[in-house]
Amino acid sequence: MSDTLTAAPPAVGAPVRTDAPMLSVRGVKTFYGNIMALKGVDVDVYKGEIVTLIGSNGAGKSTLMMTIFGQPRPREGSIVYEGRDITKVPTHEIAQLKIAQSPEGRRIFPRMTVFENLQMGASVDGFSHFDEDLLKVFTLFPRLKERINQRGGTLSGGEQQMLAIGRALMSRPRLLMLDEPSLGLAPLIVRQIFDAIRELNRTEGLTVFLVEQNAFHALKLAHRGYVLVNGLVTLSGEGRELLERPEVRAAYLEGGAH
Amino acid sequence: MAVQTAETAPAAAKAGDAGSLFAHAFKDALITGLIAIGLLGPLIGFQTIIIDGALGLGYRPGLLAVMVGIIFAGRLLLNLTVWSPNRVPKTRSGPSVFDRLGATVGPGVKPALLAFAAAFPFISFYAMGGWNESRYLIDLGILILTYVMLGWGLNIVVGLAGLLDLGYVAFYAVGAYTYALLATSTPVNEFFAGLLGETFWANWAFWICLPMAGLFAGVWGMILGFPVLRLRGDYLAIVTLAFGEIIRLVLINWVDFTGGGAGIASIPRATFFGIPFNASENGFAALFGLEFNPMHRIVFLYFVILVLALITAFATVRLRRLPVGRAWEALREDEIACRSLGINTTTTKLSAFATGAMFGGFAGCFFAVRAGFVSPESFTFDVSAMILAIVVLGGMGSQIGVAVAAAVMMGGMEMLRNLGFLTQLFGNDFDPSLYRMLIFGFAMVAIMVWKPRGLVSTRDPTIFLKERKSVSGDLVKEGHG
Ligand SMILES: Nc1ncnc2c1ncn2[C@@H]1O[C@H](COP(=O)(O)OP(=O)(O)OP(=O)(O)O)[C@@H](O)[C@H]1O
Ligand SMILES: [Mg+2]
Repeated sequence: MSDTLTAAPPAVGAPVRTDAPMLSVRGVKTFYGNIMALKGVDVDVYKGEIVTLIGSNGAGKSTLMMTIFGQPRPREGSIVYEGRDITKVPTHEIAQLKIAQSPEGRRIFPRMTVFENLQMGASVDGFSHFDEDLLKVFTLFPRLKERINQRGGTLSGGEQQMLAIGRALMSRPRLLMLDEPSLGLAPLIVRQIFDAIRELNRTEGLTVFLVEQNAFHALKLAHRGYVLVNGLVTLSGEGRELLERPEVRAAYLEGGAH
Repeated sequence: MAVQTAETAPAAAKAGDAGSLFAHAFKDALITGLIAIGLLGPLIGFQTIIIDGALGLGYRPGLLAVMVGIIFAGRLLLNLTVWSPNRVPKTRSGPSVFDRLGATVGPGVKPALLAFAAAFPFISFYAMGGWNESRYLIDLGILILTYVMLGWGLNIVVGLAGLLDLGYVAFYAVGAYTYALLATSTPVNEFFAGLLGETFWANWAFWICLPMAGLFAGVWGMILGFPVLRLRGDYLAIVTLAFGEIIRLVLINWVDFTGGGAGIASIPRATFFGIPFNASENGFAALFGLEFNPMHRIVFLYFVILVLALITAFATVRLRRLPVGRAWEALREDEIACRSLGINTTTTKLSAFATGAMFGGFAGCFFAVRAGFVSPESFTFDVSAMILAIVVLGGMGSQIGVAVAAAVMMGGMEMLRNLGFLTQLFGNDFDPSLYRMLIFGFAMVAIMVWKPRGLVSTRDPTIFLKERKSVSGDLVKEGHG
């Protein structure tokens, strides 16, 4: 699986884009102590795309997402967002550049209510579009509206996931990064969340970077995908094409296609 | 069937074992009693006495028997009640009395407490039959309110922002010394004497220094906050503890500036906005057509600290609704998530330290003007510990809880001072004040066992939206202030 698909353009047929990517990760190496979790990763996300990153447990998917956010910082390589090198920019300033994330484990504020959690999400945007965005989030996840005064920590897992995504959306991001939004959710809710992502992408042109275990759904949804194995990108290409690749089918889809 | 058997078996065992249970409890208590004899025998049973100038041995079998008896009976009682295996653990349905006090009954309780606090000097005047007689009570009220204010101030740092600060007394000291040093400073006095009249500084020092004390303390809060920004939990606690001690040691050792361990005396007293509380014809009593009474100043001080405490509470309530206050609370919950949401955790932490310190500074300034004397002895770790205990017992973040905890702790400490009647029970050399800390400690353990999350453990949302009601602009606006 060491041969990269991108090296063979005709086989992929992905349209070659000439514009600069919105987010460009180049040769990123991230370490935890002496352990190299990312071994030189290249990833591009173009404006208006849904890009998914799949890979098995411990491949380094979450690490890549957090590295883009500056915690931890890469030891080598560069991360450029909208033409600006953000490799060394403090995390909160990266968020102010309108990149939002729903991190692994959701990380909502457990003692604060749903409403307060959503308010926290809007901090970056300065509350200028608060009402409007709130309505949008509630239309997307009516469940949150019913639970508005409930403490985040007492929500069900799926509701917490909705809250984490809703909170990320409250900052009016240009790039939305989601780490395993389908984790632990009922298939129906997964469908709902993936539909919501597609909807946001189609109607508002929101760019989405999606980390997923659920390779089948993710690749069906995404325009392009990357496969991460042991800290290295081994395959990349159009979502549906990757879905057809025997390597991908064997490694990530066995019995997973439902 | 299997399920049924599983359920009935223990019940049957219970009924059958009632007798053997008592026997077991009795045996256990007996063993405890024997251990007590072994331990207490040498400790209490023997006593060194002086016979004809030489050391001799006395015996106290009676006292030993009483002690062992108490231990035996206590153990037996506990075995049969609290520790009994048959005891069904009490499950609490719904919030406890104090939680309801904080939440549901809150709307009525808060104004009632406030009205009581405002009327307190007059209530004690009528209850005790005169100002001079009520001095003790009003002084106690001032003490309690000072700690309520300190508790509310520290609550911002510990309760809201979740930064464990064991050196809060440092800011109390900075506030007190700010006032003490400026008010007694000859150059400052002469400067104002030339500008605005001889008595200007003596009359106005407190009112001018009060905001400055808060400001200085706030700046110190930031200075001390910088080095600890990266620390969390235990490490933060230890470093702040050290800061508290450093400030005290500087106050002791920088004799030229602070007067050292002797402190600073004859600090100008509080005035009624420039009008001194004295017997002269320009004094408060003469101007208001009252008979001069030194208690006027005390009552006034009571209202000053009441207002200062209320300002602290009000500011906290307002701040919690602002983005900065919400960021403090979010910081307590999840620092990484905060940063990912674009919150600068550095400035958020510093602002929490500075705001908390500022209120400590106000309280310190008040302390100096009330006492008229400051010395490093007033700013020991005990004070930090007491304030922190108030915040923790009050329920970390709950304002009403902190107020109740302050009243219980400070009022309780005072009451323990007045346990003189116990000498009739335990003999004349029994000094109840020696047991204050012991009883106090027991009380704290009891509260923590009974209410491990503090008296009022629920957190009030900063905004409460009506269910199913569409979010209207008004409500949202209130939310983000
Ligand atoms: N804080 C950390 N300290 C040390 N090692 C870490 C840390 N976080 C992650 N790792 C290691 O880095 C590797 C990549 O972890 P990462 O969380 O990025 O995996 P992942 O692809 O997101 O996996 P999953 O699908 O299970 O979430 C793993 O081997 C993990 O053990
Ligand atoms: Mg992960």
